[in-house]
Amino acid sequence: MSAGSLVARRNTLARALLYAVLLTFAVIYLMPLYVMLVTSFKPLEEIHQGNMLALPQDWTFAPWREAWGSACIGLECSGVHGYFFNSIKIVVPAVLISGLLGAFNGYVLTKWRFRGHKIVFGLILFSCFIPFQIILLPMARVLGILHIANSTTGLVLVHIVYGIGFTTLFFRNFYASFPDELVRAAKLDGAGFFTIFFRILLPASIPIIVVTIIWQFTNVWNDFLFGVSFTSGDSAPITVALNNLVNSSTGVKAYNVNMAAAMVAAVPTLIVYILAGKYFLRGLMSGSVKG
Amino acid sequence: MSKPPSSRGGARERLQHWLPRLVLSPSFVLVLFFVYGFILWTTYISFSGSGMMPDYTWVGTRQWSRLWSSWTWGIALHNIWVFGLLYIVTCTVLGLLLAILLDQRIRAEGTLRTIYLYPMALSFIVTGTAWQWFLNPGLGLERTMHSLGWESFSFNWLIDANMAIYTVVIAAVWQATGFIMAMFLAGLRGIDGEMIKAAQIDGAPTWKIYGRIIIPQLRPVFLSAIVVLAHLAIKSFDLIVAMTGGGPGNATAVPATFMYSYAFSRNEMGIAAASAVFMLAVIAALIIPYLYSELREPRS
Repeated sequence: MSAGSLVARRNTLARALLYAVLLTFAVIYLMPLYVMLVTSFKPLEEIHQGNMLALPQDWTFAPWREAWGSACIGLECSGVHGYFFNSIKIVVPAVLISGLLGAFNGYVLTKWRFRGHKIVFGLILFSCFIPFQIILLPMARVLGILHIANSTTGLVLVHIVYGIGFTTLFFRNFYASFPDELVRAAKLDGAGFFTIFFRILLPASIPIIVVTIIWQFTNVWNDFLFGVSFTSGDSAPITVALNNLVNSSTGVKAYNVNMAAAMVAAVPTLIVYILAGKYFLRGLMSGSVKG
Repeated sequence: MSKPPSSRGGARERLQHWLPRLVLSPSFVLVLFFVYGFILWTTYISFSGSGMMPDYTWVGTRQWSRLWSSWTWGIALHNIWVFGLLYIVTCTVLGLLLAILLDQRIRAEGTLRTIYLYPMALSFIVTGTAWQWFLNPGLGLERTMHSLGWESFSFNWLIDANMAIYTVVIAAVWQATGFIMAMFLAGLRGIDGEMIKAAQIDGAPTWKIYGRIIIPQLRPVFLSAIVVLAHLAIKSFDLIVAMTGGGPGNATAVPATFMYSYAFSRNEMGIAAASAVFMLAVIAALIIPYLYSELREPRS
């Protein structure tokens, strides 16, 4: 049972106050998104005259078109669309490969335990928590040696390597509560390692697959540190392009274009959050508390 | 679980014995090399004479003493302390408050939860861009308040060297509080109701029930929340780059931005490596005991 409802329901004044506080917070939370959105639909003159909170008097899509196709980032004036696709090129393989590796690892670490499995898991798990500053310098060298510096391929590798920790954690915790009897029975029937995985565990893993994909997708899409450290120019992901667009101080600041570009960078993860918020939260929680 | 194959065991059985380890090994090798190998390499570099290029001559603690005598590093440490403390305390208090308020059988709880949590889905760069605009001294909140008739309203923290770090705290709190709230809410929902009922029957006032019974039971959630927030704070890089670029001047430098600028723009690899090792040491001191306790608990 929940601790809930300790504020007596008869006490109307207290209830009203409660709702007022909660709604105020909701307004505060929505405010920046609202301001971003309305700013992105205003012509620049309107921004310079008026009130940030007002709805546009003259709705215009021009800032979005410019952000997508013609805004100048560095010397290149073709908007953020190329970087948006870079991010997609990075996210898709990075999420799939790190997810697959994590699923296998979780399976081995729970159903085919060997001596030292705890140490192996501990070593993999700790990699989730290192400050990535510790690997920036050697990673830059290694990417150079492998000839994948400054490329989306390089970033795919980086995200796979540092994604394994979380994907392994997710699948390990999920499979730990999967009944051992089923696996043992299948082993007695002569089913092998892969048969058991693909026929018995994988079909039951849809929830954790969704959690993993959402978690990895959000993390990789939102990454900035790796993007800014290991790429420049054409191969940068969207977050780096957005930062370059917003914080390069040449000419008049086109706030409406900046906000439209920020929305472009935010929309994919927001959509995922709105469609699958439950799974998003579950991922966050298992990243912080044991599953 | 798997028994070692008997010497008579067929090839198939031997394969089944080694296969799990074989499947795990690519990940393990990647982690050993890219995490632990790199940690060793960076640690070594922090004791070497490396500048623009790695230079493997051992120079003892020279880079470390240069780090600690650096003025900017002092600012960075001070900032992360101020930022971290405010961030952790505010997120925890606000998160707990929102969770308690939401736990009163609120109508539309789901919608409110969704609203509180959505910033967590955004990139720090998006958050930074939004808040930089929102707090823009010329055109943002200040101007809006003026046009709403509050002429004397003034808010220029973003460009005030003494106050800029607090704007980063505001944006960071905005982003993470919903998540902390969700953690506390899950904790509240897991509390045993019997003691609460008993206290209610005894006529204990609500605030006392929370103070004496409920909040003490949330201790594990507090621990998790603080670890998560501390970890996010030490890693804070994106948000500061996007909001203030570490400025004005060096006013909002933190260890993460310090390390980045020494590594990639000042070409002082040795100092950058030393600062990274320091960050790792702080996080490890925090995370290892936590992971240890989290991982062994279920066995007992």
